[in-house]
Amino acid sequence: MSFKTSVKMVAGAVMAGSIQAAVADDLTLCWASWDPANALVELSKDFEKESGHKMSFEFVPWPNFADRMLNELNSGGGLCDLMIGDSQWIGGAAENGQYIKLNDFFAKEGISMDDFIPATVTGYSEWPKGTPNYWALPAFGDVVGWTYRKDWFERPELQKEYKGKYGRDLAVPKSLDELKDIAQFFQNRKIDGKTVYGAAIYTERGSEGITMGVTNALYNYGFEYSNPAKPYDLKGFVNSKEAAAGLEFYKELYDTATPPGSSNWYMGENIDAYKSGQVALQMNFAFIWPGVEADPNVGGGKSGYFPNPPGPAGHFAQLGGQGISVVASSDKQAAALEYIKWFAQKEVQDKWWRAGGYSALKAVVEDPGFVSSQPYAKTFLDSMAIVKDFWAEPAYADLLLPMQERIHDYVIAGKGTAQEALDGLVDDWTEVLKDEGKR
Amino acid sequence: MLRLLADKIARKTPVGVSKHVEGLSDKKLAWLFVSPTIMLLLAINIFPLIWTIYLSFTDYRVNRPNRDVNWVDLRNYERILSDSDIWHTMQATAHFLVSTLVLQVLLGFTLAFLINKKFKGNDLLTTLIVLPMMLSPAVVGNFWTFLYQPQIGLFNYVISFLSGIDPSSFSMIGDVHLAPWAIVIVDTWMWTPFVMLICLAGLRSIPESIYEAAECDRASQWRQFWTITIPMILPFLMLAVLFRGIENFKMFDLVVQLTGGGPGSLTTLSSIDLKREAFEKWKTGYSSAYAMILFVTVFGLASIYVKALNKVKDR
Repeated sequence: MSFKTSVKMVAGAVMAGSIQAAVADDLTLCWASWDPANALVELSKDFEKESGHKMSFEFVPWPNFADRMLNELNSGGGLCDLMIGDSQWIGGAAENGQYIKLNDFFAKEGISMDDFIPATVTGYSEWPKGTPNYWALPAFGDVVGWTYRKDWFERPELQKEYKGKYGRDLAVPKSLDELKDIAQFFQNRKIDGKTVYGAAIYTERGSEGITMGVTNALYNYGFEYSNPAKPYDLKGFVNSKEAAAGLEFYKELYDTATPPGSSNWYMGENIDAYKSGQVALQMNFAFIWPGVEADPNVGGGKSGYFPNPPGPAGHFAQLGGQGISVVASSDKQAAALEYIKWFAQKEVQDKWWRAGGYSALKAVVEDPGFVSSQPYAKTFLDSMAIVKDFWAEPAYADLLLPMQERIHDYVIAGKGTAQEALDGLVDDWTEVLKDEGKR
Repeated sequence: MLRLLADKIARKTPVGVSKHVEGLSDKKLAWLFVSPTIMLLLAINIFPLIWTIYLSFTDYRVNRPNRDVNWVDLRNYERILSDSDIWHTMQATAHFLVSTLVLQVLLGFTLAFLINKKFKGNDLLTTLIVLPMMLSPAVVGNFWTFLYQPQIGLFNYVISFLSGIDPSSFSMIGDVHLAPWAIVIVDTWMWTPFVMLICLAGLRSIPESIYEAAECDRASQWRQFWTITIPMILPFLMLAVLFRGIENFKMFDLVVQLTGGGPGSLTTLSSIDLKREAFEKWKTGYSSAYAMILFVTVFGLASIYVKALNKVKDR
């Protein structure tokens, strides 16, 4: 190779490098700080290789996630280019122009929302709900479900005692009442010389915890957010007698079948209580299941999973999960859209599921091998078929806070009656919706 | 010597500068030096205060930038003052404030009184006692949640050891009767050393000669305590109460970490409630009015208190 050729090659390489550098962006993706986020960091390395863009991440612990990120969106800050925001934020983010609308982009790139689990499209992407206006790509399907100590359930002496007491097998509960019986059965029981308790349930006060927990009882007892025939008509739906019975059920579960001191527990505390062998059952979002399976104490077949059991009025579970959106104040929107295009691919979604992320792509979850791919895969699918979500109105935070307060006041602090708590909630929500011009 | 040095410096000053400064009066020069501080004060204290007063009469919401901002007169103030939930948080704040002040003054003074005696290991003990106040409130809140854990918490085990009751039979931060006291205990643990240090300074400032004169007059220890120690240390105690009172009126981090305002709303102090209204419900106008009410309350109380403190000092 002559000197001239070498110089040309080096010059070419430098030029190519500088062109690449000119188009390469440093994208920041904002999400909650939890296991799936770590999986996404690993997954995103493929995107960096393919696109030349550099990925940075801003992860905030769950209790501060909404505060921190909504502050960022409201202030039009430049920190996040991509946001994996909570499902309830979609209304506010769409109406206040904080996310960019993705319809044209989806049409151009051939991304169809029909390819995703319908509940995730409604929950994470649409605003207004039920209309084909998309502000996010379903990124992480999640739902509240239950984890139980299969190894304890299988113990012959416990099975015998349970059958003698309740007249049925100690097995996955078929109703909320059965779940309560099982939790009460384990409460204060000695197992392997250690006192254990029934169930770890959501009771957290500061962010959204107790609401995400209690709705799993309320929905199944007949609670509705509003009159199905007349939106925003709350009276008699939020505070129906059936809804009050659901709230009483949750309080009884808390009073009689949870570990002492569990008055402010959410995802992390429930995981800890379960993994340390304190409880027989735990309520939690599905995202924890890969971690349970991998845990040396409770994984490897010692745990089982089941969807939230039905109640007297229906069978629902609280939706979790998030969609991925492009932040309107970002000056790297083109690169951010590239990321979404890359993330929507079947191969990437397959890898996402294998890494511990819950794909919402139908091609992944409807694959014949999906159900047997993980012990919790079927429970995830069954749960995603029964989801219901909290308000996703722009004023969702105003609606969430009084619910946290009213429910915590009744369930944990024992203030008033269930009916009074829900009547108060109707007053609070009516005031918020009036302020919003929705009443 | 100093004069020589000043002359030397004056001679080194560039002619342009010295001529320029020469034309300035002392008053102008003083303004020149003070003005950056005043500008800063105006920008970060006075302007936000005036802006908050303005916002408190509007229905502005920072998360609705596209919505019209309406002037609502005194509606925000009326709503706050007639809201029973806000009165509950005021009561919780008052309970916290009074309980912590009483305990901290009693314990702080007692500790200072004991530490003031000369004994071996006095310095080491003082250092150990003041350690809690050097920690971050968020850290303290966090680790006390573990100490209060019914299954593994040291606090419950100590109570169990002393009383014989089952440690997991009570939850300090989950029980409606115990939670208000749980936050009082932690704040007292953390800040009693601060009160102790102020009292110690007060005790050490009392001249020994006064006690010697009292001894000559055959005054008993008890009489010396009531007629010398207490009156002379009172301004210090009142100062400690002022500092701790203002701090605890705006208490936030420790309680949020410890109880999150629960169970229910039992430990939701005014500052926690205000933060929720302002940065979770995003009711900017409403929360500005709330902040003004708290500001006027604490400012008013502190002013009355400072007057009383000055009277005591003048006595």
